[in-house]
Amino acid sequence: MFAEFLQYLFSGVTIGATYAMVALGFTLVYNASHVINFAQGEFLMIGGMATVSLLAMGVPLPLAIAMAVALAAVLGVALHKLAIAPARKADVITLIIITIGASIFLRGLAQIIWGKEFHAMPSFSATESVNVMGAVMYTQSLWVLAVAGVLVLLLALFFTRTLMGKAILATSMNPGAARLMGIRTQFVLMLAFMLAAVLGAMAGIMVAPITLTAYDIGIMLGLKGFVAAAIGGMGSGVGAVVGGLLLGIAEAMTAGYISSDYKDAVAFLLILVILFFMPRGLFGARVAERV
Amino acid sequence: MVTKNRSVYRAVLLILVLICSMVVPVMAAEPIRIGAFVSATGPASFLGDPELKTLEMYVEKINAQGGVIGRPLRLIHYDDGGNANEARNFANRLLRSDRVDLIIGGSTTGTTMAAVPLVERAGRPMISMAGALVITEPVRPWVFKTPQSDRMAAERVLADMQSRGITGIGLISGTDGFGRSGREQTLAVAADFGIQVLADQTYGPQDTDMTAQLTRIRNTPGVEAVFNFGFGQGPAIVTRNYAHLGIELPFYQSHGVASDRFLDLAGSAAEGVRLPASALLVPDALPDDDPQKQVVQDYKAAYEARWNMPVSTFGGYAYDALMLAVAAIEAAGTSEPKAVRDALEQIQGHVGVTGTFNMSPDDHNGLAPESFRLLEVRDGQWVLVD
Repeated sequence: MFAEFLQYLFSGVTIGATYAMVALGFTLVYNASHVINFAQGEFLMIGGMATVSLLAMGVPLPLAIAMAVALAAVLGVALHKLAIAPARKADVITLIIITIGASIFLRGLAQIIWGKEFHAMPSFSATESVNVMGAVMYTQSLWVLAVAGVLVLLLALFFTRTLMGKAILATSMNPGAARLMGIRTQFVLMLAFMLAAVLGAMAGIMVAPITLTAYDIGIMLGLKGFVAAAIGGMGSGVGAVVGGLLLGIAEAMTAGYISSDYKDAVAFLLILVILFFMPRGLFGARVAERV
Repeated sequence: MVTKNRSVYRAVLLILVLICSMVVPVMAAEPIRIGAFVSATGPASFLGDPELKTLEMYVEKINAQGGVIGRPLRLIHYDDGGNANEARNFANRLLRSDRVDLIIGGSTTGTTMAAVPLVERAGRPMISMAGALVITEPVRPWVFKTPQSDRMAAERVLADMQSRGITGIGLISGTDGFGRSGREQTLAVAADFGIQVLADQTYGPQDTDMTAQLTRIRNTPGVEAVFNFGFGQGPAIVTRNYAHLGIELPFYQSHGVASDRFLDLAGSAAEGVRLPASALLVPDALPDDDPQKQVVQDYKAAYEARWNMPVSTFGGYAYDALMLAVAAIEAAGTSEPKAVRDALEQIQGHVGVTGTFNMSPDDHNGLAPESFRLLEVRDGQWVLVD
């Protein structure tokens, strides 16, 4: 009985950890501009797909990861320079729509370059699963959790301890005032997109051994990651991780104890309830809305 | 301005005439117009892409050898992107403005069913490359199909379970059309084989972890084997989860994953998995007296030489559809739709890539469950079990 519960929990943590990784990527761009970057899922896909194809070319794993992340960083900068910066006067909604367009473009490009098939990536550790009290867990889930933890820590330090992080927050709160204080807001935004792309690519690489990867994996993971970010509170790193894990565990528990047919319904019910009572999410900033 | 427009118009006309004169072969005979709508892009592109490639390649081949009944074939094809609405539009266009003699398509059950009312009304034969039983049952006068139905796949798997003395199974299926239909067919015929479905779980086509469902199946008393009905990457993840949980029960997959890609995705987790599949997957393992051996080997060699990519079962459906059409036109001696339809219904012992077709007025598929070969994965390779 307990082993069963533990198995559902592990399953939930595995799914939740992937959602959490994706959710983290949303926080950066949101913190810089209040834009929800719907191309975040595509960075995920690019990270995973680039690593897989580099591995196939015989590049060792650490180098392949580094190159894939670098590629994503370049694309993040390009996304800002070519699509977001020209529309700098537009409001947030327009920018969000631009990111949706960019995501469709990137997906199409990936489809042409890498084809439409799913690809598998070997797990990072030699042993694929570990047994804990009668339940099994993927070692890759532990990798994902560990990397997500480190990234949350780094993000927190970045936003609270570094000048650049504070500049990003300042830009999001009041771009005009930030500019008057000598912050180059366009540069800050570019940096945010680059870091978000790096974060997304990292997430895509970490989760690829569990989820497999394909040109359109970003749609589903991006959406679930966005939901996780909304549950946790947009812009909060801790919130992203908690939101992701909560969503994953809710799905697995429902599939395990109620019925696999209802697992998505329960996940959405969770969102409704949380956002109804806490509109800013579990860890969202408690600021009064200016009217 | 007017003169400029007119000259542009003339130039375009001239180019069109030139193109047409290049395309239309020297053969004076009126071409036989074969229309096709396939899902060459979009979510079902893994079906439509090899199908279109196969059709293009064999139409060229047949024309190079002088065509059918002395007339060249002309392939008019559209890509519906897996969208049933588009499929309906294209079927309409094929019937009305392209005036085709016969239609091959669609790639999925959804796109096929969208076009069925149109071909029935227009009275032109259509050969579908989609799996579900509803396409040919109840029999519609003008609709035929080449793949085995999902019921046959379920029957093939259940028969093998029965021969192993299994009486209780766990079923896990995708919630997409293929998985749902497969689940229904399995539930409908399980009792015929003395098998009870004790656990019935589902997963979404985009889900990334199915350990919770599998844990439930494992903990259901009386389950002696597990059957996964689904296609795409889902079954590969189920297979990985299955190995990860260390479940020792016999594990069956459906024909939905019968491709080498499944072996790549599932890796070592696929060891011991059994599934029903087309002979195309194991062309060299077939016994020499198997009538399909030659056909399958030839198709595989020709496809791989031409497109430089591995052959797929789905392309085989298109091969069979085209060859059935050619056989029917030859038997009828004309491309007149009614005569071709009647000839299609009379086809007996036509050896194709998918199986041997024996059509009849109450069977517009013409395949037996035995046309599925039962394969097992051993050392990362398909091995013919039965």
